[in-house]
Amino acid sequence: MTALTLSGMGLLGAALLAVLPAGRRLAVSRLDLPAIVALVACSVAAAAGGHVALTGVRDDVGAAWDVPFGSFALHLDALAGLFLLPILVVGGLGIVYGREYLETDEHGRGNGAAWCWYYLFIASMALVVLASNAVLFLVAWEAMSVAAFFLVVYESEDPTVRHAGWMFLVAAHIGTACLLAMFAILGRGAETLDFANLQGAAGSGPLAAAVVLLGLAGFGIKAGLVPGHIWLPFAHPAAPSHVSALMSGAMLKVGIYGLLRTFTFLPAVPTWAGAVVLAFGLFSAVYAVLLALAQHDLKRLLAFSSIENVGIIFTGLGIGLIGVAHDAPTVAALGFAGALVHVLNHALFKGLLFLGAGAVQRASGTCELERLGGLMRTMPWTGRSFFVGSAAISGLPPLNGFIGEFLIYSAALVGVASGDRGLAAGMVATIGVLALTGGLAAAVFAKAFGVVFIGLPRTDAAMVEGEPGRWMRWPMGALALACTALGLLPFAALRMVRHATVEASGASLDVTIAGLAPASAALERVALVAGVLLAIVLALVALRARLLASTHTTLAPTWTTAYLAPDPRMQYTASSFAAPLTTLFRRVLRMESTQVALDDYFPGASRYDTRARGLIREPILEPLFRTGARAAIRLRWLQHGRIQLYLMNIAAALLVLLIWKLGL
Amino acid sequence: MLPGAVAHIVLALAAAPLLPAVINRVKGHVAGRRGPPLLQPYYDLGRLLRKGAVYSTTSGWLFRASPVVGLAAAVCALLLVPFGGSRALIAFPGDLILFAYLPALGRFLTILAALDTGSSFEGMGASREATFGALAEPALLLALAALARETDAGSLSALIQPLWSEAFTTGALALVVLAVVFVVENARMPVDDPNTHLELTMIHEVMVLDHSGPDLAFIEYTSALKLWLFGALIVGLAMPRPSQWAGVALAVLGMIALAVATGLVESLVARLRMDAVPQFLLGGTAVAAVALLLGLR
Repeated sequence: MTALTLSGMGLLGAALLAVLPAGRRLAVSRLDLPAIVALVACSVAAAAGGHVALTGVRDDVGAAWDVPFGSFALHLDALAGLFLLPILVVGGLGIVYGREYLETDEHGRGNGAAWCWYYLFIASMALVVLASNAVLFLVAWEAMSVAAFFLVVYESEDPTVRHAGWMFLVAAHIGTACLLAMFAILGRGAETLDFANLQGAAGSGPLAAAVVLLGLAGFGIKAGLVPGHIWLPFAHPAAPSHVSALMSGAMLKVGIYGLLRTFTFLPAVPTWAGAVVLAFGLFSAVYAVLLALAQHDLKRLLAFSSIENVGIIFTGLGIGLIGVAHDAPTVAALGFAGALVHVLNHALFKGLLFLGAGAVQRASGTCELERLGGLMRTMPWTGRSFFVGSAAISGLPPLNGFIGEFLIYSAALVGVASGDRGLAAGMVATIGVLALTGGLAAAVFAKAFGVVFIGLPRTDAAMVEGEPGRWMRWPMGALALACTALGLLPFAALRMVRHATVEASGASLDVTIAGLAPASAALERVALVAGVLLAIVLALVALRARLLASTHTTLAPTWTTAYLAPDPRMQYTASSFAAPLTTLFRRVLRMESTQVALDDYFPGASRYDTRARGLIREPILEPLFRTGARAAIRLRWLQHGRIQLYLMNIAAALLVLLIWKLGL
Repeated sequence: MLPGAVAHIVLALAAAPLLPAVINRVKGHVAGRRGPPLLQPYYDLGRLLRKGAVYSTTSGWLFRASPVVGLAAAVCALLLVPFGGSRALIAFPGDLILFAYLPALGRFLTILAALDTGSSFEGMGASREATFGALAEPALLLALAALARETDAGSLSALIQPLWSEAFTTGALALVVLAVVFVVENARMPVDDPNTHLELTMIHEVMVLDHSGPDLAFIEYTSALKLWLFGALIVGLAMPRPSQWAGVALAVLGMIALAVATGLVESLVARLRMDAVPQFLLGGTAVAAVALLLGLR
């Protein structure tokens, strides 16, 4: 804990130094003093968090804090330690990556403020995870949202970026409002809002139901659970790439952490809660992966894929909660462990993919899939890393994405085989939807990787100069390596989440270990098969090289049914690649197309655009917000724009509060 | 059980190319020809392995890696499949998930290799393969989950059993679904026509148009192994197992019968229109869901 406290101070110090010109003058290569301090802090804290996740020790630190109901109470346990890892690992690698990414920014301005917000963003996320008092939690939560907002609007000259920032801010505050109400219910009649006092405060009646629903709404919006996801496809593409990586890899997970922590306050989570979480998770997963398929912008595609993966994590949580409610400890342990492993995995591969997308954007100036192609030739390092990330996120063995999905499938299979009919029915749906999602995710990333990195450059934009520098390359390489290592050593991933599973499920360590033992043994076999796979691949590569060495290989143009002048424009486009699936699921995607009609004998340039309208934002949420805006017009008399009246309102409010407090 | 499992792997690796040979032979007979000799696939493989390769100037390392990884994934999946009553070499609870995802790895790389050539035809095939693969996955996993519930087992070696006595309906429905998956994964009629001569209508064949030499040999051999893999599941469900050796003998007979049936279907049934294939697959998924729901009663 001391290490964590010192690291937190280090990050705050780095944030302060970043805005002082003096702090930036001291520099080793590209790393200035604040960056070095922040990197050291991230490494130390990540090591501490990892240690706690592995050993399961608990630690508390408290300090007086002169805020009503508040106390500066920090609580470190395996759950907190586990969630610190994505924040600090992706955050730390983002520092390295950002040194080059932001420097080559075309605006050429000083980035002190951006770095200040970045360090504050890391520190506030870590504080959210460690906070053990509701007031402190909410303060850190707000700081996190505000820091993220300023990072999203980094390129604020662009109106779409400002719009994205605004969406994010509104969504974040709707979420915070839900959380305020939730903590108010939890803390009724308590002297302080320390988490230790909140245990059991809500009982198990309608108040517990309100806590579950408010928590699901408030944390679901932050995590990007459908229908609270709408800010995400705007904010992720707008933010600088290392910030998108951190938001997607870590901030969404902080929402998941919050929900998990809230459930520990309830003496018994209502039996329906698991089913609700599972239903939202499954719907998010399959709905978002379909929308990802219909996207034309690489970072927007990745944003929808993040929603899909959050859906998979919620699926695991839902299974865990259902397992607890149905008294099936094996199902519960496997469900929670699968969700937690997927939290780690998603941070690794989505961080990697966003960093890769950033490299593509820097090199080519665009993220539009239809304008790219063949980048592997000039950017082999980025291409290979992106390939590893794409295969991992598609859940393919022998990479890490398979491990989390394997655990969630195992939980579902155990549930299907159980005699409990209600449990089994939910698990049938899980298997079907998860399998469909997995197949569709593979299609999404075959499209994303295939259209951007291989084939031929589709436009001049794709004729890129070359790789980014080593500051951007190495973080990608490190993440690709981590994805491979966790895939080859899956039992290590399971060991990592064992104690956090105990905290999340409320079961004892023995029960959890017993529940996970078969899966642990199974993962050893998975590792064995992965090893065999690699051995066979190596053997076949050697065989192929021998066979080809004795003959001759020739190069020729791609075979195009005897047509001899193939052209890059003849390649299949991203939209046509996805077309069979987007047509099949047209009722969900509600594709809209506009096209310039060809009406002349010698028509000029034509244009064809497609856009997925989806089921949530345009048909449901936009009318809702328009109605809200119309209703708000009636309150406009409060906002008259005269500062004297505002001051009078403030004075009046203070007076009323004073009278109330004095009990007059 | 170990010798049995090793014997199955040796048998599968050696005899898998016979399956396409039988299919082609049957198709020849139905068409009034004699059909190619049974050893023709072996001659073809040997010839391709000795030949040099022609690579598209567009393609890179992925194009060259794809056949290797595809074959390795198929061999690994073979390690998980039981045959004629003998356990698989590697069996553990949940191995059916790995079994479903290993072919997906091969498919992912085949799709990328096709996109790597920059050819529109191959892109078309890749797009169709991605679509049908995504739709086949739920059918396969739901059918295996239904069997898992019936047999109360989590491993392929335990849940692939002749279910004619105790759970006839689930077994029969799972058999139907596995037949659908067999057709899709192996790109056979009525989903894909391996003999078509028009690139626009192909799925699997069009994706490997640019492969040649040893790479093509690997791909052909992988196709034969995949016939064996999914065939072994179907045969395991359908054929009785009076005793260990009789079980293996009946399973071998079953594989031959399956190949004959595939050849007959290919000769007598027309290919589905491309936009009817998803309905065929969703039908398979629905049957699998029904099998599971019946088990929940």
